Amino acid sequence: MTMPQVAPISKLKHKDLLGISDLTPDEILLILDTAEAMREIGERPIKKVPALRGKTIVNLFFEASTRTRTSFEIAEKRLSADTLNIAAQTSSLVKGETLVDTALNLEAMAPDMIVLRHAYSGACHLLSRICQAGIINAGDGMHEHPTQALLDAFTIREHKKRIAGLKVAIVGDLLHSRVLRSNVQLLTKLGADVWVSGPPTLMPPGIERQGVRRTTSVDEAIEGADVVMLLRVQLERMQGAFFPSLREYFNVFGMTRERLRRAKSDVIIMHPGPMNRGVEIDSDVADGPDSVILEQVANGVAVRMAVLYLLAGGAEHETAA
Amino acid sequence: MPVIMDADRLGRSLTRIAHEILERNRSIERLALVGIRTRGDVLAKRLAGVLEQITRAPVRTGALDITLYRDDLMRHAVGPQPLVRRTEIPFSIDDQKILLVDDVLYTGRTIRAALDALIDFGRPKEIQLVVLVDRGHRELPIKADYVGKNVPTSLKETVTVRLTETDGADEVSVNQAQ
Repeated sequence: MTMPQVAPISKLKHKDLLGISDLTPDEILLILDTAEAMREIGERPIKKVPALRGKTIVNLFFEASTRTRTSFEIAEKRLSADTLNIAAQTSSLVKGETLVDTALNLEAMAPDMIVLRHAYSGACHLLSRICQAGIINAGDGMHEHPTQALLDAFTIREHKKRIAGLKVAIVGDLLHSRVLRSNVQLLTKLGADVWVSGPPTLMPPGIERQGVRRTTSVDEAIEGADVVMLLRVQLERMQGAFFPSLREYFNVFGMTRERLRRAKSDVIIMHPGPMNRGVEIDSDVADGPDSVILEQVANGVAVRMAVLYLLAGGAEHETAA
Repeated sequence: MPVIMDADRLGRSLTRIAHEILERNRSIERLALVGIRTRGDVLAKRLAGVLEQITRAPVRTGALDITLYRDDLMRHAVGPQPLVRRTEIPFSIDDQKILLVDDVLYTGRTIRAALDALIDFGRPKEIQLVVLVDRGHRELPIKADYVGKNVPTSLKETVTVRLTETDGADEVSVNQAQ
């Protein structure tokens, strides 16, 4: 058995987590190793540690989210931080305030961290330049969703004991997916063999320059794969006609048990959620024995605790009190 | 660097502490050892081995990581941020006598954090403290019940405990800090 890769460093040198592109392989492994320790806290009778006592964290969500927002909130509470949630529908945004003004007003109340989800790519980078508070990207447009990629890697490593050398097939709506961009960065940094597949109309141009293999044949992508990751067909982001019908999409790209026979016998099936059953994934596969989709959700809390702790507590930029 | 305990001395100290534990608690029933990572857990396992030899009964051990309970998280008083490790206490501590084990007792802040951490796992009947070296300079009202060796030190000195399992040799030394 290959030993798990272990981080030789003990802190992150960042104020923010804007994307996987800013992280070194050592930093990624540090987050995954710290998440191992964090997961144990969720198994205790008292699921709370005092590590972030007195820290204020604002969850600023400008896009619909159940999983990510709840997951961040549970992670923050388990670390004893004070949290508050702001959803776009109930904020002054509906009165016409800009993102920058909202952020500056929040900043005036001195939160320690802001967890931001926004429909525009780069919104977190904008905030990180104007805010003292640490910014954690919880998904920005079609750009990155770093904590999702980290929890995916955590789940893969748990099952396969390694990431380097694994064949990972990512299938679905590649064009609109921030999960894809973060996962490609992370998995290639840790040495996985990443294949991407989907309709040519939903294939970002130049994706192969990021060190992945692209194919429009799903069967080729999942042949001998250790991990099959399905991405949601993001109907809400589609303004054009990218494929004829959902039924046709399912017939050509949908993951069925039949099709999965091409993958390794111990393949794991992943999906970042929310799933469109009968579009990118058959219910048989989603609820089948190879599916780790709900484990991904459970691991999300531990991974987000690790990120919050390492940014709030461990970062070098903090000046000594 | 002056060595104050070698392998032989360290082994005999653990044997003496084991006898002291038995003398005070009479039996090892409802008694469990919890070591503070990263060297306290190694010492806890060794001490459990000695107790098992004497009593011919199994002794439970656990490992406690106190990183998330520290009071210097944002202050960096003692060098770089330590890596958070897993806490593993595979038994209920409710109504048990818990022997908390650490290598060096210094300011008492680690023990304060460990007591907080331990109490999050349940309500032990009693907690007793075992340390290999007590070097003085307490900043909190904490006292060890069992001590391997009392070592008067100055604040400029550092006490280094090395154990075979983690460092390749058994040895305690006092060094002048730069």
